Amino acid sequence: MQIEINLNGKKVSIKVKKNEMLADTLRAHGVYSIRKGCDTACCGLCTVWVEEKPVLSCAFLSLKAQGKSITTLEGLQEEAEAFAQHLVAEGSEQCGFCSPGFIMTVLAMKRELKNPSDEEIIHYLTGNLCRCTGYLGQLRAIKKYLGVAQHEFCR
Amino acid sequence: MFTLKEFVQPKSVEEAYEILISGRNNTVLGGTAFLRMGSKKIGTAVDISKLELNGVKDAGSLIEIGACTALREVETHPLLIDHFDGAVSDSVKNIIGVQFRNIATVGASVFSKYGFSDLLTVLLALDTEVELFKAGRLPLDAFLKSPCEKDILMRLFIKKNGRNVSYQYLRNSASDYPVLNAAVSKLGSQWTVAVGARPQRAAIAMKASEALSNSSNRENPEYYANMAADELRFGTNARGTAQYRHAMCKVLVKRAIMEVLQCR
Amino acid sequence: MNFVGKSIPKIDGMAIATGKPVYTEDLAPANALVVKLLRSPHAFARIRSIDVSKASKLKGIACVLTYKDVPRARFTLAGQSYPEPSPYDRLILDEIVRYVGDEVAIVAAADEETAEKAMKLIKVDYEVFEPVLDYEKAIDHRAVVHSESDLHCNFDIGMQKDRNIASSQKVEVGNVEEELQKCAVVVEETCYTKAQAHCMMETYRAFSYLDHTGRLVVVSSTQIPFHVRRQLARALNTPASRIRVIKPRIGGGFGGKQTGAVEMFAAIVTLRTGKPAKIIYDRKETFTATNSRHAMRLKVRLGADSEGFIRVVDIEGLSDTGAYGEHASTTFGVVGEKTLPLYNKTRAVRFMGNVVYTNKMPAGAFRGYGATQGTFALETAVNKLAEELNMDPAALRLKNLIKVGETTLVSEGKTLGSSTLHQCIEKGQALIGWKEKYPRQATGSSKVRGLGMAVTMQGSGIANIDTASAEIRLNDDGSYTLLIGSTDMGTGSDTILNQMAAEVLDTSVDTIIVHAADTDISPYDPGSYASSTTYVTGMAVVKAAEDLRRQIVESGARFMNAALEEVDFDGQTLSTLDGEKSISLQKIAELQVLGFGGSRQLVGYATHGSSVSPPPFIAGFAEVEVDQETGKIELVDYVAVIDCGTVINPNLAAIQAEGGLVQGIGMAMYEDVRHDAWGRMMTDSFMEYKIPTRKDIGSIKVVFEECFEPTGPFGAKSIGEVVINTPPPAIAHAVYNAVGVRVTDLPITPEKVFLKMQKPGHHR
Repeated sequence: MQIEINLNGKKVSIKVKKNEMLADTLRAHGVYSIRKGCDTACCGLCTVWVEEKPVLSCAFLSLKAQGKSITTLEGLQEEAEAFAQHLVAEGSEQCGFCSPGFIMTVLAMKRELKNPSDEEIIHYLTGNLCRCTGYLGQLRAIKKYLGVAQHEFCR
Repeated sequence: MFTLKEFVQPKSVEEAYEILISGRNNTVLGGTAFLRMGSKKIGTAVDISKLELNGVKDAGSLIEIGACTALREVETHPLLIDHFDGAVSDSVKNIIGVQFRNIATVGASVFSKYGFSDLLTVLLALDTEVELFKAGRLPLDAFLKSPCEKDILMRLFIKKNGRNVSYQYLRNSASDYPVLNAAVSKLGSQWTVAVGARPQRAAIAMKASEALSNSSNRENPEYYANMAADELRFGTNARGTAQYRHAMCKVLVKRAIMEVLQCR
Repeated sequence: MNFVGKSIPKIDGMAIATGKPVYTEDLAPANALVVKLLRSPHAFARIRSIDVSKASKLKGIACVLTYKDVPRARFTLAGQSYPEPSPYDRLILDEIVRYVGDEVAIVAAADEETAEKAMKLIKVDYEVFEPVLDYEKAIDHRAVVHSESDLHCNFDIGMQKDRNIASSQKVEVGNVEEELQKCAVVVEETCYTKAQAHCMMETYRAFSYLDHTGRLVVVSSTQIPFHVRRQLARALNTPASRIRVIKPRIGGGFGGKQTGAVEMFAAIVTLRTGKPAKIIYDRKETFTATNSRHAMRLKVRLGADSEGFIRVVDIEGLSDTGAYGEHASTTFGVVGEKTLPLYNKTRAVRFMGNVVYTNKMPAGAFRGYGATQGTFALETAVNKLAEELNMDPAALRLKNLIKVGETTLVSEGKTLGSSTLHQCIEKGQALIGWKEKYPRQATGSSKVRGLGMAVTMQGSGIANIDTASAEIRLNDDGSYTLLIGSTDMGTGSDTILNQMAAEVLDTSVDTIIVHAADTDISPYDPGSYASSTTYVTGMAVVKAAEDLRRQIVESGARFMNAALEEVDFDGQTLSTLDGEKSISLQKIAELQVLGFGGSRQLVGYATHGSSVSPPPFIAGFAEVEVDQETGKIELVDYVAVIDCGTVINPNLAAIQAEGGLVQGIGMAMYEDVRHDAWGRMMTDSFMEYKIPTRKDIGSIKVVFEECFEPTGPFGAKSIGEVVINTPPPAIAHAVYNAVGVRVTDLPITPEKVFLKMQKPGHHR
């Protein structure tokens, strides 16, 4: 079946199998930032935005994406780079394999939460697994990126 | 991997139901979050996302939750944070992550009657009704006890009657399925004790609920908690043994009673 | 120092963080055949018959291979220097299947769907045997996992295959039993560790194709390109010179990719069909059909005199290598090697035991490599000893741990070249609040907090075995190319090696191109494992850069007609000391590559191995809060004070440490492996096998207590492995101090704590 989606601001028409999941559809379409890490909808690596909301593309039936707007890291390169600078400055990208899904979630969080506390940041990102960094460097990077650290310092 | 022969997005519930019952392997699609983990052979997949069954609404004396509402919306909706002591919102917070809860729906969680569900336990302790297309409106407890039949869950209704509720859970790690969960509620002198992830699905501890409701002296919450633990059945799975669950039921129910007693 | 000791961002950081296509799967040709493996549903069986005729006829199928179609030379998948100490006990496909998940047939098809369909059409008739599942019952079990006569060992590793013993070892110095008699206090503890899963986010994967000369090229997410090339050569009966292995960016390894799990299957398909082929394991295959940490049972006996000097350390172990013997004898040996030297006031030490075959997924290399298991057992026993002696466990350690310049019973006279472990302990005590909080504090209602500690050592490379080469060229434009064969798997090793070269050459990091790893191009390196890259490859890089620097100076002096002792090189310009003459690096480069008058492109080269493996040390401290009514443990605080010698890149070292600690926390508290009665692994997904999320770890502090290791590059030792070792014993100790329950079988779950608290005789 054919689906029409708005992929990173461009209308595209893609042929999909009926039982295909969005992660596979997008990768086959050359969207290489999509990574799959688990097969059981619980690692967060494949996170993309559907209608601006972060979802697991491995658990999202492609047919249900018909007519929807899909955003991947390729569509947010400038913002992604701005955050990645902080991540890389901390050394907390490590193997980098989970970074795309992680950054998609961080950028969604930035839109959704105002001045989040450490606890709120951690809660929002619990669904993003990482085996390399131990998460702490990621938190340092996020706080610097969001200016939260600075904000607290001023108070 | 699951397979799927046809995919339809009906415009009305009637149409959706007709398609659903027209083939043995026809299935309503929930959020599809769990779909890939199975190897289901689906005939026609009925996507009900176009039926306007999503969203949380204030319906006067009730709060209405559409079947297609994502768990993340349950978590963040002001109505659900402000009502029921925030327990409905809290009960979905530990389910994997935001990107999962943006897909998984209330309807799928309730209709599937998952044993590990946190949401069901809390809903069961509240005055919750489910509305099914065919079976109509019935209390959640009755629905959970009824045999699984093909139907379309459309909405949930929770009475906004000021019932106090406390939700407790125990997990081995933060985003794991619960070892056990419990919800205790009180409206006037009427108490309800619900325990889930036993690992069987949530159930009401009838004797403990009744004893609590009939007692004028609740100095000893442990007594009622032990009663709940003794009347319910517990099983063993990877997350805990029956013995441990039985012991934890005492602790969680006790804590829930104490917390409810503190909300005056 | 301009670069060493600085937190230089990783040179590949931005590309990998922003989702660029630089990993194995991203690079695979679009037309590559999809390779899938039919796996055994039985823990132990013989294939009586296998019929692939229907599957082979399916449209889109390129080939279906069974044990009848593969070469018969047994080999090991362990990534180790030749001759490997791991037994040659496997074939690409075997008539006997030895665990649930063992490969039965290789299917290659145009697409995944066809491959899956074909697998269902393969008819296999199995003769099912009784499996050996419980490793404690493996020795002299009536079932024998490896009865084949062509199993081969390069060394005597104490194998008795008829008894299911893959390796048997014993190291004893002094007389343990006699010395124990003289001790005032003797404690004994038996500890169990699980077959921890690596859970690198990028699962195992590789693709292969034939190049323009017909050679086999394998691109793989591997830690060990040169070892993979040798494995493929042996298993496929092809000269190594006909094989090229390339490592792109890797999405994590942790030792798992020190075993060649998948390359073989793509490679044989490419050789048989002439077509590109790719294999990508899903998460379930990664959990159930690759490798894990060796599960072990370790019994420790410690003896001390009345003054609190530890006089005897005796460890008896049993290790489960599963169905094949990858890393079987060496991981087990490391248990002793990284524990016996720690407390050196001993008069007798012993390490002995067996590694057994069972019908479960083979174990392999995992960060820590036996030291992790050994540390859990030894440190749990040391904490118990402190209590028996009525001594503070930190004081007991300060009194007994090895210091710089000292030797041990098992060190063959070699002395310790560097250590700040004593300072690490003191600093850690201050940071965790040891004086104020040890051993426990009630925190109201049902909760109580406890403190615990552990120390550990690892190595830096394998002494007298790990040998790495490095090459650095001066390019025609005055830039450099550093060629190495080590395998940055996210750790940042490409970057720190770059930093070292930049330091020696007085240049900036971005004037050096780093290339790794490709067996056609890179100089030989065993790969990144055994905590070797910073220490061994690092020293090779330093020596190669020094070699090149010397050549640059000689060349420039020659062009200027100046004497060597009259010139100075600042990284960009070579000048005479009197300032009269100068020549730029770029000019030297230009003149050298032109090749006239006997000049040639300048290339620095070095091969380096070390006769010692200097240990990095850690003192780890845990504070936990235990809910006495449920047994639920919250890790409140973890402090790790680390001696890894000179820290080459503080940020990257800190992330290595934090990541390793969290992996250790996972092993301590959450990561369980469960099999059913038929040997099927039940913990085959992230839903069932819980690695820590960011909510599960509490606060973690990492501090470095630097020192200068005389044999290391710029004084550096290793960091990669040592970081995982302390959490299990430190957390177990903290839980004990909180609620009086000593959990000695990992993971320490709420239920175990709770049930032990209910036992009669429990108090506190």
